[in-house]
Formats: sequence, C-alpha cells, structure tokens
Amino acid sequence: MSLMTQTALSRRTLLTGSGALLIGFSLGDTLAAQGGAPNPKATGSKSVALDQVDSFLALDADGRVTIFSGKVDLGTGVKTALAQMAAEELDLPLDRVTIIQGDTALTPDQGPTYGSLSIQKGGVEIRQAAATARARLISLAAERLGVASQSLVAENGTIRSTAGGPSVSYADLIQGGHFEMKVDKEVPTKDPALFKLVGRSVARLDIPDKMTGRFTYMQDFRVPGMVHARVVRPPAIGANLESVDADSVAGIPGLIKVVREGNFLAVVAEREWAAIKAAGALKAQWSSWEGLPEQEHLWDHVRATKVTKDDVTSNVGDAPAAFPNAAKTLSASYDFAIHTHGSIGPSCAVAEIKDGQLTCWSASQMTHALRKQLAAMTGMAPEAVRCIYLEGSGCYGRNGHEDAAGDAVLVARAVGRPVRVQWSRADEHGWDPKGPPTLIDVRAGLDQDGNVLTWHSQFLLPDGAAGNVPLVAATLAELPHETTLSPGNIIQNSALPYAFPNIRTVCHRLADTPLRPSWIRTPGRMQNTYANEAFLDECAAAAGADPLAYRLKALQDPRGIAVLKRAAELAKWETRPSPAHRDPSAREGDILRGRGLSYVRYELYRTYVAGIAEVEVNRKTGAVRVPRFFIVQDCGQIINPDGVRNQIDGNVIQTVSRVLMEEVTFNRSAVTSLDWASYPILTFPDVPEVIIDLIDHPSDKPWGSGEPSAAIVPAAISNAIFDATGARARSVPFTPAKVKASLQGT
Amino acid sequence: MAHTVSLNVNGQGITASLDDPETPLLYVLRDDLGLRGPRFGCGLGQCGACTIHVDGQAIRSCVTPISSLKPSQKIVTLEGLGSPEAPHPVQQAFIDEQAAQCGYCINGMIMQSAALLSTNKRPSEDDIRQALAANLCRCGTHLRIVRAVKRASETL
Ligand code: FES
Ligand code: FES
Repeated sequence: MSLMTQTALSRRTLLTGSGALLIGFSLGDTLAAQGGAPNPKATGSKSVALDQVDSFLALDADGRVTIFSGKVDLGTGVKTALAQMAAEELDLPLDRVTIIQGDTALTPDQGPTYGSLSIQKGGVEIRQAAATARARLISLAAERLGVASQSLVAENGTIRSTAGGPSVSYADLIQGGHFEMKVDKEVPTKDPALFKLVGRSVARLDIPDKMTGRFTYMQDFRVPGMVHARVVRPPAIGANLESVDADSVAGIPGLIKVVREGNFLAVVAEREWAAIKAAGALKAQWSSWEGLPEQEHLWDHVRATKVTKDDVTSNVGDAPAAFPNAAKTLSASYDFAIHTHGSIGPSCAVAEIKDGQLTCWSASQMTHALRKQLAAMTGMAPEAVRCIYLEGSGCYGRNGHEDAAGDAVLVARAVGRPVRVQWSRADEHGWDPKGPPTLIDVRAGLDQDGNVLTWHSQFLLPDGAAGNVPLVAATLAELPHETTLSPGNIIQNSALPYAFPNIRTVCHRLADTPLRPSWIRTPGRMQNTYANEAFLDECAAAAGADPLAYRLKALQDPRGIAVLKRAAELAKWETRPSPAHRDPSAREGDILRGRGLSYVRYELYRTYVAGIAEVEVNRKTGAVRVPRFFIVQDCGQIINPDGVRNQIDGNVIQTVSRVLMEEVTFNRSAVTSLDWASYPILTFPDVPEVIIDLIDHPSDKPWGSGEPSAAIVPAAISNAIFDATGARARSVPFTPAKVKASLQGT
Repeated sequence: MAHTVSLNVNGQGITASLDDPETPLLYVLRDDLGLRGPRFGCGLGQCGACTIHVDGQAIRSCVTPISSLKPSQKIVTLEGLGSPEAPHPVQQAFIDEQAAQCGYCINGMIMQSAALLSTNKRPSEDDIRQALAANLCRCGTHLRIVRAVKRASETL
C-alpha cells in the first residue's frame, strides 16, 4: 500500500551536435526534478565548466529552457529570483524556465551557497550565460531569416523582424539545445529599462506545492530498496567506543545491522521507527572525555587560547600612539555566545552505492565540495561520486547536512543498500557545527569636540576561513578528513565604514575553539558589527551627541548616508543624545522604552543596511522585548522586492532571537542544549513588527540580501537598551538575568 | 509480530501493518502512506512541524502512538485540506501572502491555524500569535504567517 507517487522525472538523452550524449530534463508541473529521480545516472557527460554556456542552460525542443545552477535555494526563494534573471535575459515567460540546482553531474561549481552571493555571483553568471545564448540566437536568426540582427526582437522564445515577415523559434535555431560556446563575460546584458520580470515581486515558484504537501524536501526523498538508519553519537565528543552490545537491540523487529567503524556508530532497520528505537536502546561502552572548558569560564578560556596569527584588517594613522592626545578615553568588551543554526528540520541524507558509483542526495549548500569530501572519506575517485541537492529545512550556514551525508555514505557502504539517515533533534542541536564564541575588545579616544580621534579594536576569533568543515562521520571513523578549522570568513566587517583619523582593527586568530565551528548566518559580520556599532554608540553617548548625527558626521559614502537618513525618516527618529531622559512620572509601570540605531556596509563593499530597534525593558525582571524594528536596505539592483523583504524579515526575527535568548550550553564533555526547551528561540508572541524600506538601483549590480540585514540587529538592540535604561548590554544573549544585573548600577 | 491497524486518513480507510503499535502516527503517515505534509522536526512535541488534525483538533503526530487512535477517528493532513489546484482557504491565504521561506514549518502553521479558525472565526492578531505560540519557525516568517491567518479569517 502506498499513496506515494514518486514525482516523475522524464529524462531524455539529447544528442548534441558533436555526438556526445547529454542528460536533458523535460519537467512537468513539478520542479522537484532531482527530488523525483530515483537514481538519475548520467548516461553521458554534460558540460559543467564555468566558462561554457551549455554548463548553465539547455534549450528544449518544446521551447523550455533548463537552467543549471550551482547555487541552491536554501529556503530563501533564490530559485525564483534566478529564474527571473534567466527568463528576463532570454525573453522567455517564467513558466518556461526550469531550474536544476546543485547537482555535481549537471551544474557548474559556482561555489557554495553562502555569503549572500547567490544573486550577486551565481545569478550574474547565469545572466551572462543567458545573454550570450540570446546573442547567439539572434545572430543565427539573422542568418536564417536573412535580415539584420538589429531589426530582430525576441519574445516568448521566438525571434522575428520588427518589419514583419516570418519568425523562427529558439528550438529551431539550436537543434539539440546546445550552444557549444564560451560565456562572453563582456556580452551586453539587457537594459534595465526594458526589464519585465526583474525588479518585480514575482510569486515564488515553490510556494503552492509547499503549502499543500506536494513539495519534495530532502526529508521526503525515497529510493527503492532504501533502509533507515540513525546515528548513535558518543556521549562525550572525544570519547572512544570501547564496546558495543549488538544483542541489546537484536529483539527489535526489522533491525538490519549495527554499523560500527571506529567511533562511528549507527543502527539500520527496515522501518524508521525501528531505527529510532534501536538508537535509543543500543548499549555501548564509551570512554570518558572532558576536553571542553567550563562554560562558566568560557571567556577566560577564549582569552587564554593561543593566538596563531594576527590579521590586521585596517590600519589608518597610528591608533595606539594617538591615545595620549585624546581628551577622553573609553573601552569596552563585547561577547557573543556560541550559537547553533537551529534548522527546524534536522539534517537528512540518502546514499546509494551501485556499480562502483556513489550517489548522495542531501540538502548540502555545497554539493561540489561535499563530493570531494565524500571521495576523500571513502577513497573513491571524485568522478565516481555524484552529489545531488534537494531542498531541506531552512539552512542558515554550514549546519549538519554534509555530516548527515557522510553518515549515510558510511552506513550504505556497510549494508550494501540505499540508506536514509535522518538526524534526531538532539543530533542536530548537539552535533551541528556551531557559530564560535566571539570576544571583542575596543578602545577609543575622543578629541575635545567628542569626535573619534583614535579607534583600536581587537577581535578574538578562531583561525581559518570558509573551507570544508570536517565531516563528523569521517572524524569518528578516523577516515581521511580535514583537520583545519573552517569558521567562515569571520574577519569581515571588523574594519569600520567610518573615516576616523586613526584606526587599527586586528583579528587575533585563535588556535582552537571549544566546539567544531562553522559559519552561522552572517558569520563574523554579525558579531563584529555588533561590537563596532555598539561601541560607536558608546562614543556618541560620551560625546553627548545624537547617534544618527554622530554617524553621519563620520560617514562619507553617499549610499550609506542615504540608508541612514531613510531609516531615521521611517522610524521618525528623534534627534537627541542617548540615553533618553524621560520624566519618571511618565513611566508606565516597570517598562522602560528606548531606541537604538545601527548601520553596516556589508563587507565594506556591498549591500548597505541601517536599522532602528525599539525595545521595552522591564526594570524589575530585566526582560527585554523588541516590539518594532525599522530597517532600510540598499542591495543595488533588486531582482524580487518581495523576496528581499522576506529575507529581511527573516534576518531581523532570527537575529532578535539570537540576541535576546540564544546560547549553546555544554558541560566538560558535550553540548547539553539538545532540544528546543534547553535552546529556546523567539516565538510568535515576541516577534517584532518589521517595517522595511528598500532603495532600488535598477541600473547597478545586484548584491546579496540573505545575510546583510542580520548584521545590524545586535547593536541596534544593545543601543536601544542603553537608550531605555542607561546601562550597556555587552554580552549576547541579553538575558533577563544579565540585563537586570546591569541595571543595578544605574 | 505484525499488528494490523486501521485508520481513516484524508477520508480514506487504510490499513497498515506495523511491528510496534506504539509507532508514532507521524512515521505511518510519512513512511507507509507517503504523505509529505506532516513533517519531522523534533519528535518531542516541541515544534509543531508534524501537526495534523484528529477529529478537527490540531494534534502533534510525532508524539501520538498509533495505539491511541481509533479507526473511526478522522485524521486529516495538509494534503487532505487541499491541493495546489484546489487549496483550502487557509492554504490559499498562505499562498497569497507568500508566507514561507523554507516552508518546513508551514504544515504546522496551516494545520494549527485551520483548527483555530474552526473555533474562532475572527481572531485578533493577538489571538493568532497566542494560538501559534508553540509552533516554531526558524526562518522568521512569523509576520507573513500572521497576515495569512488574518486574511484567511476574512475569506472564510
Ligand atoms: S516534530 Fe512533532 S512537535 Fe516537532
Ligand atoms: S519558513 Fe523555514 S522554518 Fe518556517
């Protein structure tokens, strides 16, 4: 009995002009292409080279175009935006565009889907490929129709002369749908004045299926003959598996195997529930391990960690030497706790090894990199490994997807059947790589007039960049894996967007960090901007200046000034220094209200954001609420305004949650915040109203929206708490206990 | 020993053969019936991703053992509410408001809201926020979800 109908993917092989075989996809109403394919084994090779038009798109005989995108939709709506960009450039209606994402056999490696680059980089590359294709189609049509290119127009996949006469379709011009040409990076792309789709709030392509249970998430994907596995992680991160009592689960019907490889342990069963029960019941003896620092002394531990190198991210004038000339000196330290990604659906993957070929379906944001990791782990040739992306639960950085993929591969290898690994909630909370603890010391000297004369900041951040995060399975099984830290490009936005005469910003890179790190959304930029913008607010307060005027005075970038001024208008900013001095008799009970401002230019070269938080602080309990958040963003050319607003809502709400309540807890052995009760997140009653204004620059480059607006949230809240109470919030999360303690002194 | 259980799901009588009658309903719906509306989020009753209706009440299927259900009870999943071709008014409102980012939590949001609207036809924003207080969304789609429920209440 099965009500399930595997989403059918009709696959055809297309004969290219050169006789090479290629997989072609003709998709019906569902775009869950990769999700529906039991094992779309490549029957030939499709170009995936980054410089080839055919790597990015294929025209179908029925007038459809398939776009092959290395960047994937992590729940951000970017699939729709990419389809808009491609359709626009090809003069096709949106419903004739199909997007294939993150399939190592089919899509070019456009880099992992991180860093707010899907539109800015991925989309622009697709746009160039599409524009190159269109130019070729026009010139072929000119030949075919015997008219000059300039007199031709394309519409709905057909090219005709403006003077009338016969027309010719794309499909007729490109037999087999192949261009066999390089992407022309200089090709003129469409004049934004002529845009029909880009810049419009086109409805998301995936939403109707997602609202009705028809969408295929990774967690829904099944292949014939597939069995279910659950991992059994060590109770202490570095513990060794001393013995396993397989008999302890032998009585569970449908149990297939207890898989052990070094310290990697998993159970496999015919049915999912049996695997879950077996994972809970399995008796195993582990050594003890207490390699984590005491959480209470986390910041001492961070300060005591060996520094491997210093990255000086800006050096203007001579900041340390200028302090003696300052009329006033301030200093402060900011810390930002260890955070989890917190995807609502725990990681999941399916792996199948057949005829020496490994196929792995996962929600990895970086299938091309994962392929190399899986090849290294198994000793297989990368060519024998195919990684296919399927959309999972929202992904906000490198979470557990790649690890679940590694788990599935090890188990599939051990049982010789296709295996689905679904992480439990505790697996996800306990074993996803974490946003590392961040500690920032800042000092500033002000001149007679209160202007910043010198600024010296020091960031204590783990070493490493955005490489491959080692797979848990490979680490536990002692198979080949990376040993360097990969916390993401976390030194970004440690330098300032402001013009002060003396600035020195240094990132001291730490040799280690307590839990396996990776990039959580807005990695580093969020924590660093928090310290920068909160401390700038401290300087403004010390100068007795209005926080907006203080920023505007130090900012020279007109687009930065524009977002700040627009945010002030949007929120009806009241020009005055912080904290607010309000008549105590006007107080409403124990609630103190305040507003705080924050600004970022993302990575100092792209998207601009300014925001204003409103807070309510209960002076008895220390509880902070954020009822409203105003935000203005300039991300250059906007592809889909509604999509951008959706991302901004998400960034603000997720980051308010991070700032007010989130902190991973751990003992000396392992993470102890293993569910939503011990790691609570913001819920409906406390979600702020988010008031957004967008500044569009249709003729400019498009920049990212997935991350930048998160960067300004922590400082805006910290500054608003100061405005309300006169006490600084310098330790994320701003829990009632911490805020209450800070209020004692005021 | 296999147990045969009978259930009424989305208006159809079905039977499933289970090793363990304590199997939570979620796994039967997903693995035996191939339904995709109810989603696994925590298995602990904490997030709401697995929400379904049993006799019109919003229930968390991840913590509902099959043994606790009677064959006569009417189980409805997201698929049973409506389809892309003929969506339920709440589903339509979510589509109209573009109320999703990843959409993983949305099953729970729609099922919980549909249950709310069956007893409270004109909920205030506050009522909606309270009714969804135990449904988690990590993407931060809350505001659109509230607007969608409000919109649905106006069309129902
Ligand atoms: S999966 Fe049932 S409440 Fe989370
Ligand atoms: S939309 Fe992603 S969890 Fe709610």
